[in-house]
Amino acid sequence: MSEIADLECRELSKSFLDFQAVKDVSFSVPKGTFFSILGPSGCGKTTLLRMIAGFQEPSSGDLLIKNKSVLDVPPNKRPVSMVFQHLALFPMMNIAANVGFGLRQRGVDKREIEKRVETVLERVGLPGVGNRSINQLSGGQKQRVAIARCMVLEPDVLLLDEPLGALDLKLREHMKIELKKLQAEFNTTFVYITHDQSEALVMSDQIAVMNHGVFEQIGTARELYYQPKTAFVAGFVGEANKYDAKVTAKNGDALKLVTGDGVELSGLDAVGGLNEGDRAQVFVRPEAIKISRKQADIKGMDNGHSGEIESILFNGANSQLLLRDNSNGAQINITMPQTGEFRDLTKGDNVYFGWEAEQTRCYLADKVS
Amino acid sequence: MTSDKSKLGFFLLLSPLLLWLMTLIILPHVGMFFVSISEKVGVRQYETGFGNYAVFFNEPLYWNTFARTAYMSIAATFLTLLIGFPVAYYIAKLTKGRTKTTLFLMCLIPFWVSELVRTFGWMILLRETGVVSNFLQYIGLVDGPIEFLYNDAAIMTGLVYTSMLFMVVPLVTTLDSLDDSLIEAGYDLGGNGYTILREIIIPHAMPGIVSGCIVVFMLSLGNYLTPILLGGKDSLWFTGLIYSQFITRFNWELGSAFGFLLLGLSSLIVFVGLKLSRQSLTETMGR
Amino acid sequence: MITGIKQSPFFTWSYRAYVILFFIYLALPLAVVCVFAFNDSQFPSLPWDGFTLKWFFGTESPSIGVFNERSIIRSIGTSAFVAFWVALLSVFVGTCNAFLFTRYEFRGKSLLYIVMLLPLIIPGIILGISILVFTSNIANFLENATGLWFDNLRPGLILVILGQFSFITTFATLVISARLQKFDLSLEEAALNLGATKFGAIRSITLPFLYPAMIGAGVVAVLMSFENFNTTLMLVGSDAPLTITMFDRLKLGSTPVLNAVSLLLMVASAILGLMSLLLQRKSD
Repeated sequence: MSEIADLECRELSKSFLDFQAVKDVSFSVPKGTFFSILGPSGCGKTTLLRMIAGFQEPSSGDLLIKNKSVLDVPPNKRPVSMVFQHLALFPMMNIAANVGFGLRQRGVDKREIEKRVETVLERVGLPGVGNRSINQLSGGQKQRVAIARCMVLEPDVLLLDEPLGALDLKLREHMKIELKKLQAEFNTTFVYITHDQSEALVMSDQIAVMNHGVFEQIGTARELYYQPKTAFVAGFVGEANKYDAKVTAKNGDALKLVTGDGVELSGLDAVGGLNEGDRAQVFVRPEAIKISRKQADIKGMDNGHSGEIESILFNGANSQLLLRDNSNGAQINITMPQTGEFRDLTKGDNVYFGWEAEQTRCYLADKVS
Repeated sequence: MTSDKSKLGFFLLLSPLLLWLMTLIILPHVGMFFVSISEKVGVRQYETGFGNYAVFFNEPLYWNTFARTAYMSIAATFLTLLIGFPVAYYIAKLTKGRTKTTLFLMCLIPFWVSELVRTFGWMILLRETGVVSNFLQYIGLVDGPIEFLYNDAAIMTGLVYTSMLFMVVPLVTTLDSLDDSLIEAGYDLGGNGYTILREIIIPHAMPGIVSGCIVVFMLSLGNYLTPILLGGKDSLWFTGLIYSQFITRFNWELGSAFGFLLLGLSSLIVFVGLKLSRQSLTETMGR
Repeated sequence: MITGIKQSPFFTWSYRAYVILFFIYLALPLAVVCVFAFNDSQFPSLPWDGFTLKWFFGTESPSIGVFNERSIIRSIGTSAFVAFWVALLSVFVGTCNAFLFTRYEFRGKSLLYIVMLLPLIIPGIILGISILVFTSNIANFLENATGLWFDNLRPGLILVILGQFSFITTFATLVISARLQKFDLSLEEAALNLGATKFGAIRSITLPFLYPAMIGAGVVAVLMSFENFNTTLMLVGSDAPLTITMFDRLKLGSTPVLNAVSLLLMVASAILGLMSLLLQRKSD
C-alpha cells in the first residue's frame, strides 16, 4: 500500500501476571477504513483496544499512528479517541459541555468551541441539543453524542468498544446502519471491537477475527464468510453444521472422510495441509445444503443423505429446518429454500438432502480438542 | 390500605414517631424559644421581649466568641475535606478487594471509641510533658519542653481528628460510585490530572463533599470537649458559653437565647450548603 | 483501578507516603492512650518508668486500678443501664418508623421524614438544653399545680436516657429502614396466601429478616450511648455515666487509670463492632 496507514500494530503483545492476553498481533489499517476486531469475550480484544488508546502498555511490539510510534505518548496526547462501552458521557455536564470537553482541554477559544460543538452535533443529526442534560437523551442519541464528543477533536483513529452492547435489539439494528453512515460522513478510520458477528459483518470494510490473543484471519466480510482460513473462523463467523471426521483419502484438495459414527463425507481441504489419517473438523453452511422430496434430485451431489424433520424454525426469510440424519442420528441445520416449494413441510416428514464437496470445508482439528 | 385494621396499624406505627418527635424535639425547641424571649424583670417575674438577644449583641465577648466558633468550624471543615479527600480517593479508586476493605475499616476504627478518649490521646501527645515535646527534645530539634496544648492549632487538630470519619465515609461512598471509564474518557479526550479532578471527579463527588462538610461543620460547631480540653479554659467556644449560662450562672433565659443563635447559625450554614450544591436534606442525610 | 494512567514514580510514592502518614495520624492518639495504661508512673506521660498492670489491678492508694476503683465501676454500671434502655427504646421506635416510612403513603410523609432527620443536624448540646428547659418547665408547672415532687423530670438518668434516645432513634430508623427496603414484599404475600394473618406474616417472615439490622442498630445505639457526652452533660444528675466521670477526672489532672479505662472501652467497642460486623456479613 502506497498510502501511509492510519494505524499499524507490529507484533504487539501484552502479558499479565499469569497469562498472555495479546500475542504478536500485527495489522495495519488504511485511512478511512471501518476496521472491526471480532472475537468472543476474553479473546484479548479489549486489551488490544486499550493498548491502542494508551490505557495499557504493551509488553512488546510497536504501535504506530500515521507512521509514528505512539508508545511514549500518554493517552491524553494520543491522536485517537475512544467511544467507551457504556459511553462514559459525563453526567455532571450538559451535552455541549460534554462535546466541548476535549476542545477545552486544548485551550480552544470559547466562541470557537461553541461553533465547532454545534457543527459536530449537526453532523451527527442532533442540532440544538447542546443545553440538554445527558439523561434527556435516548440510547441512540447518547450513542451519537459520544461519537460527536470524539469526532469534534478530529482524531486520526476512532476506537469503539462494543458501544452497541447495551442497546436493545431493534435499536442495535438501527445503529449499525447509523454508525456506518457516520463513518462514511466523517471518513475517519474506525476501529470497532465486538463479539457480535452481525455487527462486524454489516459495518466493516475489514474484519479481524481474534481468538486466544491472536488474529486468526483478517479479511473482508465475504472472505471471512466464504473462505474462512481456520476452523475457529469457520465456526465463529456465520452458522455451520460441524462434523468431526478422519481423512481416509486425499486427491489434491479433494478429501474423503469418515465421521466417528461411520458416515462418509466428501470435502475440500480448505487451507491445505491435511493428510490421510488426520483428524479434521468439517463445516457445512446451512444454506449450502439442498433439500428435496425425491432422492433423484440429489443423486448427483457429492454428499447425499436423508433425514426426518424434527422441527421447523419459522422466521420469514431466515426460516430453518432441523433434521435428524437417518444414517447416524446427527442433527443437521438447513436453510429453508424461499421458493415456496417446501411451504407445506411438516414435522416428521422424511426428506433427502445433499451438498457439494467444495462446500464442505475441512480443517486440521486442534490437538487439544 | 383502607381497611380499618390497616388504619389501626398505621396509627399504632405513627404514634411512637409523633410522641418522640413532639415531646423530645419539637416542643422542647418551641419551649426553649419562649424561654429565650422572656426577660427576667424581678423575682419570678418575666416579660416577653428580645432582651436576651440584645445582651448578646451588646457584649463583644459573646458575639466575638460566636464568630470565632463559626469561622474556626468552617476552617476545621475545609481542613478535614482537604486532608480526607486524597485518602478517600486513594481508598475508592486506587485500591481494590481486600486492601480496600481493610483500609476502609482502618478509617473507622478510631471512631469506635469515645471522643473523650480520642481527645485524651491528643492531650498525652501534645502537652508540655507529652510525647511530641519529648520526641522533639530527643532528636535534638528543641532544647526545652514545649507546650503544644491550649492554643488554636491544638483545637484544630482535635476537631479535624474527631470529624475525619464523617468526611471520609461519604467521600469514599460517592467516589466509589464514579465509573472508572469516565476518568479514562477524560484522559482520552485530552484532559490532564488537574482538569479531570476539577471537571469530573469533584462534580461527581459533590453530594459526598456536601454531606461530609455539613456533618463535620455541625460536629465542630456543637463540640464542647475538644475546645475545653485542648484549648483550655479560655478556649472561647460558644458551647462553653451556653454551658456556663446554664450550669454555673443559672441564667437559662440567656442560655436559651445562645442556644437558639447556635441552632440558627448551624441551620443557616446547612441550608446555604444544600442550596449552593443543589442537594436536599433527605438525599444528603438519609443515606 | 485506574491502571491505564501512568503517573510519575515520585507522585505515586509521595501519594502513598501521604496515605501512610494519614493512618499514623489516625492511630497515634489511640496508641499512646493504650501504651501509657501500662506505665509505672503517676502521670500518663513520659518518661517510661517500666511496665505495670497496677492501673488495672492495683489496690493501694496512689495507684488504685480500674477494677478496684469504686466510682469508675459504678459509672460503668450507670452507662450500661442508660445504654440498655436507649438501645431498647430506639430500636423499638426505629422499627416502627421503618415500617411507617417504607410501607405507608400518607399526607405530610416527606415533611415528617425531614423532621425525623432533624436530630442529626441539631448540635447535641442544644438537644440537651432544650429537653432540660422543657422538662423543668413541666416539672415546675406540675409541682405548682399539685404540690407534689416530680424528681423524674429533673436532671438525672431518665432525662439522660430520653436525651440520648432523642437522636439515636434517627440512626436506628435509618439503619432498619435500609434493610426493610430490601425486603421482597412477595414473601409476605406468599405467607398471607398460605393462610397466615397479616400480623403473623410480619412476625414470622419480615421481623426475622430485620433482626440483623435491629441488632446492628442496637449495637450502634449502645456504642453511641456510651460515647455520648454533649447531650448527657446537660442532663446529668447525681449518677454520672462513664464519660462524665472521666471528664471530671480529666479536668482535675489525669492518672494512667484513665488510660486503663480507655483501653478497656476500646477492647469492648472493638468486640461489639466486630460481632455486629460478623452478624451482618452472615446475614447478607
